Amino acid sequence: MAALRPKITRLTGVLATGMALSLALAGCAGNSSDGGGGTGGNASSIKIGFMGDLTGENSGIVIPPLNGAILAFEEYNAKNPKVKIDFNKDLHYDSQGKSDIAPNLVTKAISQDKVTGLIGPAFSGESKSVGKQLDENKIPSVSPSATNPGLAQNGWKYWHRVVANDNDQGPGIADFMMRAKSPKKVLVVSDDQEYSIGLAEALAKAFKDKGTTVETDKFSKDSPNYNPTANKATAFQPDLIAFGGYYAQGGKLLKQLRDAGVKAPFVTGDGSLDAGLVSGAGAQNAEGAVIGCPCKIPFGSVTGPLKDFKDKYKARFNTDPQIYAAEGYDAATAFIKAVEAGKTSGDDINEFLKTLSFEGVSKPIKFKDNGEPQANSIFVYQVKAGQIGLLGDSTQAKLEG
Amino acid sequence: MDNFLGQFGPATVGGLAIGSIYALVALGYTMVYGVLRLINFAHSEVFTIGGFAAVGVFLMVGVSAPVGGFALIGLLLLTVLVAMAASGGTALLLEQVAYRPLRKHGSSRLAALISAIGASLFLQELIKLVIIPHVFGQSNGAIQLQNMPRVIDKTPLFSIGNAPIRLDHVIIVVAAVIMMVLLDRLVNGTRVGRGIRATAQDPEAAVLMGVNIDKVVRTTFLLGGAMAGVAGVLYLLYFENLDYRVGFVVGIKAFTAAVLGGIGNLRGALLGGFVLGLVESWSSIFLGAEWSEVTAFVVLVLVLMFRPTGILGESLQRARA
Repeated sequence: MAALRPKITRLTGVLATGMALSLALAGCAGNSSDGGGGTGGNASSIKIGFMGDLTGENSGIVIPPLNGAILAFEEYNAKNPKVKIDFNKDLHYDSQGKSDIAPNLVTKAISQDKVTGLIGPAFSGESKSVGKQLDENKIPSVSPSATNPGLAQNGWKYWHRVVANDNDQGPGIADFMMRAKSPKKVLVVSDDQEYSIGLAEALAKAFKDKGTTVETDKFSKDSPNYNPTANKATAFQPDLIAFGGYYAQGGKLLKQLRDAGVKAPFVTGDGSLDAGLVSGAGAQNAEGAVIGCPCKIPFGSVTGPLKDFKDKYKARFNTDPQIYAAEGYDAATAFIKAVEAGKTSGDDINEFLKTLSFEGVSKPIKFKDNGEPQANSIFVYQVKAGQIGLLGDSTQAKLEG
Repeated sequence: MDNFLGQFGPATVGGLAIGSIYALVALGYTMVYGVLRLINFAHSEVFTIGGFAAVGVFLMVGVSAPVGGFALIGLLLLTVLVAMAASGGTALLLEQVAYRPLRKHGSSRLAALISAIGASLFLQELIKLVIIPHVFGQSNGAIQLQNMPRVIDKTPLFSIGNAPIRLDHVIIVVAAVIMMVLLDRLVNGTRVGRGIRATAQDPEAAVLMGVNIDKVVRTTFLLGGAMAGVAGVLYLLYFENLDYRVGFVVGIKAFTAAVLGGIGNLRGALLGGFVLGLVESWSSIFLGAEWSEVTAFVVLVLVLMFRPTGILGESLQRARA
């Protein structure tokens, strides 16, 4: 008999857990029907999450869109709407930009925090790792900054982004550099991250299509030593070096290239559009570097809605809006428009996003069926005297120096 | 072939430079292993701390432009001393806090290994959460130190074949070899060194012969740490770049170098470091930089298949008395 007792205890334990679970589930069901009704009174609110690298080495690209979204939601909630949007700190998920962390955070967001929608994930690698999960749980997502072209080809119904992808970015940058420098030999370099590879492939293809000789090299992100790439450049003597990757790696690469005596002009994409590129490489080494981006950063003097946005952002965060801040604001606005139209469930919001069309701060926001934005402008920037300056739309801008 | 010839010279120079850094760090692994049979995983962070100490010196002295001549020699000596003190001190503290209590209680080597990994993570986070924001004042998520000062001029001094040699290349290789020779003399030619070798050979007999084991262990950690500190300075001169994880990759490579050369063997660490650096660098010519790590480890596996004790094989305890 004594041997049986532990089993009984265990059984009661299981029963208790089961009951607790079903109670909890019932509680949840109640909540969501309240939220779904949308007419249930002033107290109702829905939760929108944000996911990206909030503290890691590339967080400089992710904090501005987070701030943009915070700004948009704060403005909205201040209007005392019928349904408020909860975007508190606990809903800002720090994935460190890693594909292996993101899925766990999505699980937490869905099952524990019960978010209705998600802004992000910020990067392509993590977006790829959670797209299916978000789709299966009917959580609409709008990424302010994931630019890998492949993301739109997964058939995800709940996925959107408000930036042009690398297939637009690659040719945009290549066209611009061909006009500005007419290179004959181009070395395309990347590290081994999802985003970097995608952009580098797009760049290599675009330059090949223009008839240039293209050589490629790839290095491992975690290796400190990029000298093998510099050696390749020394031997190949390219007229242009195009880098697909983030600024943390871009700065180191640029420094080691220049230290190895490689003088070819350097062009890179949105992931490196950060002051970190200049400080990582050293101002002297970074001088003249060209950066293309589907994002529009209000550097210097701007007008119209972009100026309003810049002023509001500056007043709230005490700093000028940086990369993807405007896109983060637009992504948040997309959700706000949906809620204003009375959509409060994941499904309803997702349906609404298909028909949504408004003039965003960064560009006109309208989604294609696959979640891509209709507008695909690329903007170019250049480092001058240690500062990154906006040159303009890649189809019109002129390179200086 | 042109491609290969064009890259071979610079790749060799780069391989020797990075190999020197691996070798210096490898000494710490190899010495501690020789004496305690412990793989000190936190050694990679001891290296990182040396780098941060060096930045501290550069910032405190206020270097804003490359210096040369005697000023450079003075600055480097000062930096190396401070970095050796910082890294050696950290290593001593590690021994005191993370390993000695375990050793005194006669716990298994596995426990010490876990303690080592824990200490490594602790130090990494300490650098990330305390040192970078509070000592260097970069709190805005900048895990990488920004705006690193440039201390030495990086224009080529002269060329061998088509390989331009810069001052930092020369300093790194020369400094590493000097440190290595000094350490080798110390271990093989002094009373302290004899104590270390005796302990490595047979701890119990060493105690019976009057060797103070605690002192020997402390000395071992101090020496290994100091070498890692020098490596940290050289790394900083070479890459002008630091973040809280730099030690991880360098540490793994250095540990590999130690095993490749024959763990427990000082000269093996030097050889292993150079071999690893060169293999990585040369293989990148053919396969691209992303394959450098794969090739390095394939070489390691091949060497261990045919020489399970590493290239030199002979370990610290069997070194000439």
